[in-house]
Amino acid sequence: MNKIYLIIRREYWTRVNKKSFIILTFLTPVLFAALIFVPLWLATIKDNEQKVFVILDDTGKYAPVFQDVDHYVFKYQSGKMDVPDQKWSLNKEIYAFIHIKEDLSNNPNAMSIYSEKTVSMPEVNMVRSVMEKYLENEKLASFNIPNIKEMIRQSQIKLNIDTIKIGKDGTEKESSGEIAAAVSLVVSLLIYMFIFMYGAQVMNSVSEEKTNRIVEVIISSVKPFHLMMGKILGTVLVGLTQFFLWIVFTGIIVTIVNLILGVSLFSSPDTTLPGAGIDGLFSPGNEATAVMKKLSGIDWGTLFVCFIIYFLGGYLLYSSFFAAIGAAVDTSSESQQFVLPVTLPLIFALYVVIYGIRNPEGPLFFWCSFIPFTSPIVMMARIPFEVPVWQILLSVALLIMSFIVFTWISGKIYKTGILMYGKKVSYHEIWKWLKYRS
Amino acid sequence: MFLEAKNVTKQFANHLALDGVDIQVFRNRIFGLLGPNGAGKTTFIRIVNQIMAPDSGELLIEGRPVTENDVYRIGYLPEERGLYKKMKVGEQALYLSQLKGLSRQEAKKRLTEWFEKLDIMSWWNKRLEALSKGMQQKVQFVTTVVHNPELLIFDEPFSGFDPVNAELLKKEILELKKKGATIIFSTHNMSSVEELCDDIALINDSKVVLSGNVEEIRNNFKTNMVRLQIKSSGNLSFEENESYSVLSVVPKLSGWEVRILKKENISYKELICMLLERYDVFSFEEELPSMKDIFIKTVRNE
Repeated sequence: MNKIYLIIRREYWTRVNKKSFIILTFLTPVLFAALIFVPLWLATIKDNEQKVFVILDDTGKYAPVFQDVDHYVFKYQSGKMDVPDQKWSLNKEIYAFIHIKEDLSNNPNAMSIYSEKTVSMPEVNMVRSVMEKYLENEKLASFNIPNIKEMIRQSQIKLNIDTIKIGKDGTEKESSGEIAAAVSLVVSLLIYMFIFMYGAQVMNSVSEEKTNRIVEVIISSVKPFHLMMGKILGTVLVGLTQFFLWIVFTGIIVTIVNLILGVSLFSSPDTTLPGAGIDGLFSPGNEATAVMKKLSGIDWGTLFVCFIIYFLGGYLLYSSFFAAIGAAVDTSSESQQFVLPVTLPLIFALYVVIYGIRNPEGPLFFWCSFIPFTSPIVMMARIPFEVPVWQILLSVALLIMSFIVFTWISGKIYKTGILMYGKKVSYHEIWKWLKYRS
Repeated sequence: MFLEAKNVTKQFANHLALDGVDIQVFRNRIFGLLGPNGAGKTTFIRIVNQIMAPDSGELLIEGRPVTENDVYRIGYLPEERGLYKKMKVGEQALYLSQLKGLSRQEAKKRLTEWFEKLDIMSWWNKRLEALSKGMQQKVQFVTTVVHNPELLIFDEPFSGFDPVNAELLKKEILELKKKGATIIFSTHNMSSVEELCDDIALINDSKVVLSGNVEEIRNNFKTNMVRLQIKSSGNLSFEENESYSVLSVVPKLSGWEVRILKKENISYKELICMLLERYDVFSFEEELPSMKDIFIKTVRNE
């Protein structure tokens, strides 16, 4: 046991001292923080530039429609215009021309926007909705029914459906299928990435020892299985270290940026859903707070614990395969034929997740969360959608049993493989190794 | 008797690597495991190191079956040498010594002694890849012997060493023997170690074909060949007679070198007298067959 500790220690320290580890550990949280903040920042940023719309109204009927709002300024010119002349006089002061050729209630196509730059979709929508609203009111007024506006307003019931999850203890939380799907995708991708990244590291380090020939010296004092396990455990500790550092650093960066920029993730709890009107159309910041509120409906504690368990389980299962491959082959190019079948279940699991999050109750999504080769990824993706505890326990138990069995098998391949040089290995050959007496 | 292999057999998928091998290694002697490439030497060494287990037969250390802890008593320098390229020399040596059962403090103390002895202390904090091949070999040698093993196993020890380092290695090995270590050499290059070995075993085709004390074996295989150095300023007429036949007469700087084959009807003493009467002989030497010759002869006779 003391020797396994020595091996773990060496694996851990040589990896943690590597430049690539240090760079990745410090840069990734910056990336995470950027992923969180940039959209929020873009959403809340105030465009200080004044945009001037010039309305060229051939009909002269729409003078009161557009009113200045925020940084949009509307200038009105009525009377028949010589459009081509005006149109080409676009300059820096004028952002766009809105040309109304005919009565819009007769011809809904009679309005156009001319501009040098492409007018953004929200801006077009704003112009349209303002005009639609005006036309609607005008039309209603033309029916000459008293109080019709009031009647209509009363007849319009705006539904706002909250999806509330009821916990066992009676607590209610806001939930959202979309948010759960997004969280699923992120955690399963993270697991996939971690298994791959650290599995490949184990493989490379095994094959490095083999090509270095140092392995013969080491296994003359340590059992090959201990060497393999020490390597696998040492590497996973590196993975966990990296993961925790990422969380800590991301937390620190988020806090600091919060303090400096005042871009807040968790403030303004009075969520007003974007209503109609110009204001609502231009406040995606509200949407961000709504998302944050829904995110807080997810059980992060369970998610975190499960993430660690499934990462460990999946990693232990797959890294033993990777170790066996690293031991079996002489060169990394040879390893390709063996790496592919090992990674196929992982890639398949990711596909199951991508389809599964659209239909979380589907049978494939369900069954793959128990099969040990796919469960670390698929079960992780199911957890944001609430999974009964017995299912998680069963899936974890199956995972543990299978990694014990497969680590033992991989150990046999590893043991024979690391001393085998200059021989092109095939599946047939590996099958023979498995049958060797120890 | 320090190490004894009894009827050891090891079968791999497609070939028999060791076939009923019996080997005895005596304490505090240098034992040569000789034979061509692929004969099974490395497999035998791996069995001694407990890297592999034999299919049948047993391996005894001091008369009892080997146990797991016996690996601490062995120092092994494999034929294909290697260390971690990116790791610092000292850190790596500490790691390997600890794997051999030394505590970190003890390992550090002994490594410092060895490094100072070999004058390589300045390499301690260098990465291995910064050293030349010969320097790396020195580091590896230290890691092999640092835990004071009772049994040292060197697989092709002199391959890859330059002559200066090879000489140094020989010196250190002999010193270790003086201190009581038992040493096993394994090599296909028989002339490189026959001068060092006390006992040998010749392995060919998975079997031990010849084993025993080196002197005895060479005497058993001696062919009555004699090499003479004769002083002569002019031409030398050297003719064979009923007592010997002439193999070669070669001119040398100070005279001639003559090789003759003594016949059975005459003793060495008589031969020397006979030769001294006729020639100005200043060197008379019985030529013992080399291990290589013995090996070839043995294999042919089978």
